[in-house]
This record gives sequence, C-alpha cells and structure tokens, in this order.
Amino acid sequence: MIVPVEHVVILSLLLFLIGIMGVLFRRNAIIIFMSIELMLNAVNLCLVGFSRYHQSVDGQVFVFLVMTLAAAEVSVGLAIIVALYRNRQTINIDEINLMRG
Amino acid sequence: MTFLFYFVACLTIISALFVVLNRNPVYSAVMLVLCFFSIATLYLLLEAYFVAVLEIIIYAGAIMVLFLFVIMLLDLGREAALPKLKKLDKALSLFLVVIIFLGILTLTIWSGGDLHQTLNPSSVGDIKAVGKALFTDYLLPFEVASLLLLVALIGTVYLAKRRVK
Repeated sequence: MIVPVEHVVILSLLLFLIGIMGVLFRRNAIIIFMSIELMLNAVNLCLVGFSRYHQSVDGQVFVFLVMTLAAAEVSVGLAIIVALYRNRQTINIDEINLMRG
Repeated sequence: MTFLFYFVACLTIISALFVVLNRNPVYSAVMLVLCFFSIATLYLLLEAYFVAVLEIIIYAGAIMVLFLFVIMLLDLGREAALPKLKKLDKALSLFLVVIIFLGILTLTIWSGGDLHQTLNPSSVGDIKAVGKALFTDYLLPFEVASLLLLVALIGTVYLAKRRVK
C-alpha cells in the first residue's frame, strides 16, 4: 500500500463527518439523501482500506453488498420523496411531521 | 503515487464539503459525482479495481442519474427561501460532530496495532479473487442481495404509482 491505512481511516472519518453534518444541518430531503450516500461511501472506503491492510478479499465483498443496499435504499427513498412532494408540495423535512398519508 | 493519493483525498473532502454547503441541489449533485469519481480513484490507488469500476457504474452512473432526475422533476432549485436552523440545534449538532471526530481520531491514533505502517503490494483486489469469494463463501448474502433488489423494485413501483381515486 502506498499510504498507511491510518490515513485512509482518517479520510473516511472526515467524509463520514461531512455526511453527518449534511444530515444535521440541511433541511432539504434530497441533500439529506446525498449526505447518506456520502456516509455509505466513507464506510466503503474504510472497508477497502482494511481489506487491503489484511490482504483479504472479504472487505471488498462487503463493499459490493453495501453498494447493493445503497441502490435499493436510494430507489425507495427517492420514490418516497416524489410521493411526499406530490402530496405536500414541499420537501422541507421540518414541515413533514405526520406519518399518516 | 503517494502524492496522488493525498491530492485525490483533498479533492474528495472539498467536493464533499461543496455537496453539503451548496444552496442549489443541482450543484450539490454534480459535486457528488466529482466526489464519487475521486473515491473511485482512491479505490484504484488502494488496488481494489473491481470496487472502483463498481463505484463508477453504480454510484456515478445509476444513483446520480436517479438523483438528478428527481431534482429536475420536482424543480427543487429554490431552497434559499427555506427557513434556517435554530442556533441551539446548530450548536448541539456541531458538538456531536466534534465529539465523534475526536473519539474516532483518538481510537485510530492510539490503537495498539501497526496501522501507521505502509505495506507491500499485493494481488488481493483482482476481479478473479473477488468473484471467487462472492460465489463460494458469500453465496447466500449474494442471493439475499438480489432478493433485496427485487423487494426494492416492487416497493418503488408501488410508491411511485399515482393513486387512482
């Protein structure tokens, strides 16, 4: 490996924190979804780094499964956002505080 | 190569910050594409070639097209009019972020292992090894993942269908 795995972990930590900040600070549901994607990518980066560190392929298989999960999550989440926008004409999550349809 | 890693790492962080800080969701989406491409480059530098290709095909290809499609469909380019957060919420969120950062940083730096050593090159990341693991040791998770995609497909079609009154 060209860099110590420590630096990969720190980079992944920074990306994860940027994702957390996006979820906490922004009120736009689309941006919150993008931040969740950022967090998933940060975890993937950490998995790849440690897969390389342990000379094992298991981490990359986990990354494959996480990507499958991300694709499923995004398709369902964006469908929910479209349905919400159709009903409420807003995607500001502070105004969406009811669970009934 | 080491310099390239740190350069791309900086690019990743900066584009991720732009994703979060930008007021216009379309710019955020474009910055997210840049972020995914730089993460794919990092995977290449970490010798995970299969994951790098997957990152570009799935994230930059499929997921971002979906995001941009929804943004254009809903006409969301005017978030600036939305109300801002309260001061207390902002302070609490920042406090939480700083606590997590310091905690994980401490764990990483002070961990007992040899995390700070640079390692020899290897052939772990080639597609043959990943495919072998995927279809032998991880066959059941692989099939469950396909089931998950089927469920997501059905759920999306049901949610996106316009209700007939």
